[in-house]
Amino acid sequence: MSVLEVVLQGRAGTLPIDVAVRVEGAPLVLVGPNGAGKTQTLMMILGATRPSHGRITLDGRPLFDAERGLDLPVEQRRIGYLPQRYALFPHLDVLSNVAYGIAASNRAERLRLGREMLRELDAEALAPRRPAELSGGETQRVALARALASRPRALLLDEPLAALDVSLRRDMRRFLAERLRAWSLPTVVVTHDRADAEALDGDVVVLEGGAIVQRGQLAALAAHPATPFVTRLVSGADQ
Amino acid sequence: MSAAAPAARRGAGRRALLARAWPAALGLLSGLLLLLVALPIAGLLFSAPPRQLLAGLSDPLVVPALRLTLFTTTVSLLVILTCGTPLAWVIARRTSRAGRASRIWRALETLVELPVVLPPAVAGVALLLAFGRRGLLGPALAAAGIGLPFTRAAVVVAQTFVAAPFYFQAAIAAFRRLDPDLILVARTLGARPPRLLFTVAIPVSWPSLAGGAAMSWARALGEFGATLMFAGNMSGRTQTLPLAIYTALESDLRTAQSLSILLVAIAFALLVAIRAGARR
Repeated sequence: MSVLEVVLQGRAGTLPIDVAVRVEGAPLVLVGPNGAGKTQTLMMILGATRPSHGRITLDGRPLFDAERGLDLPVEQRRIGYLPQRYALFPHLDVLSNVAYGIAASNRAERLRLGREMLRELDAEALAPRRPAELSGGETQRVALARALASRPRALLLDEPLAALDVSLRRDMRRFLAERLRAWSLPTVVVTHDRADAEALDGDVVVLEGGAIVQRGQLAALAAHPATPFVTRLVSGADQ
Repeated sequence: MSAAAPAARRGAGRRALLARAWPAALGLLSGLLLLLVALPIAGLLFSAPPRQLLAGLSDPLVVPALRLTLFTTTVSLLVILTCGTPLAWVIARRTSRAGRASRIWRALETLVELPVVLPPAVAGVALLLAFGRRGLLGPALAAAGIGLPFTRAAVVVAQTFVAAPFYFQAAIAAFRRLDPDLILVARTLGARPPRLLFTVAIPVSWPSLAGGAAMSWARALGEFGATLMFAGNMSGRTQTLPLAIYTALESDLRTAQSLSILLVAIAFALLVAIRAGARR
């Protein structure tokens, strides 16, 4: 069973940061008001930015350790990332997008594995299409397939459903929750939507001003909301 | 009251006059500039019968100048693309965050773009003072047995110097416009820096890069002042089309005219071809 352990402390740029989480099994749901440091936290786990103190280990393998001066570059961390706007490579067709991160000896093998991953996400028919021709939900599936095809050891999703319209969001939420459970990769999902947290059924971590103010199952948060933001979140008033 | 009335009438009269004169003034001023631009172009194209223009192309200056121009501008463009693309990429990446290192890279960026505002004559002097016999690198080049000024290589150096900034500016702007998430995602997928540049940054920025290359090529094609001072004006060796036009002008205006039309045609064809390629 894979485990992602993250301790981020001190400062990250101008933002003070104090986050310690252990992700294993069920996805970790990261919520918080705008500017709370959610995306910043993902950036630090990916290795795009670094905090002044802390350490990150994935399956026991250290990725970052401020004290020891260890800081693996993004491309060696093997963490899949789904940005909010998905960021498919606009000049490549869907299959080439998915095959981009596959480590295989030759191109034919890469494409075969890419096709397999698309099939797993019920998106094989999209293979020859260009990203510009895809709908929001299709784009999301392809981006997810691309992230998974590189066999990451952990997965970070930044507001995976925010770019979709409301009717589609419900279907994709169920789809995503099921698949994440099936893959059982350590996964961090940033969201601002109570319904996402509910569907993903993982621990919720509330971030405010760069620090964790509350964590636990959604029901526990609802019973004793620690801040006005949590109160609004659990009542669903933020949507 | 009685004193104010005539003044008010005078004001109204002035306004009416201005209302009538305004369209005429606008027309006159803009017409003047249009004429100034259109007349020389008309003169270039229509002041001689085509037969005479074709005859002008048979001048012995023409073929060597044409060959040299196509060769040197192609080499210059290749140098600009090969060196300018990585430099623009590095600078765009290094200046994306604040800090002291970023300021140094910004200063470098300004330096590379400087030739845009440098008068060509100044560029010529500067090139001589760098690579000439008594220039900064003069002794070193002489020791290596290389004499750069007044050679074909000098033509390429002059063209590269003045034309590089046009491509460089376009490339750096394009790389800055890239969605940072594209780069980050590619890195999470295991792409190391060279792969990022060749499989994401360049293909995504391709239309802007091609546009910048077209501008650079056009500038190299027209390069005159710096080439004249640094490479000289020797037919078959350093005489490019613009210099051949200058030489022809002393003896035969028609040859100069034919060469000019030829140069415009080449520039125009290149521009159209590259634009079409970028839209592909």
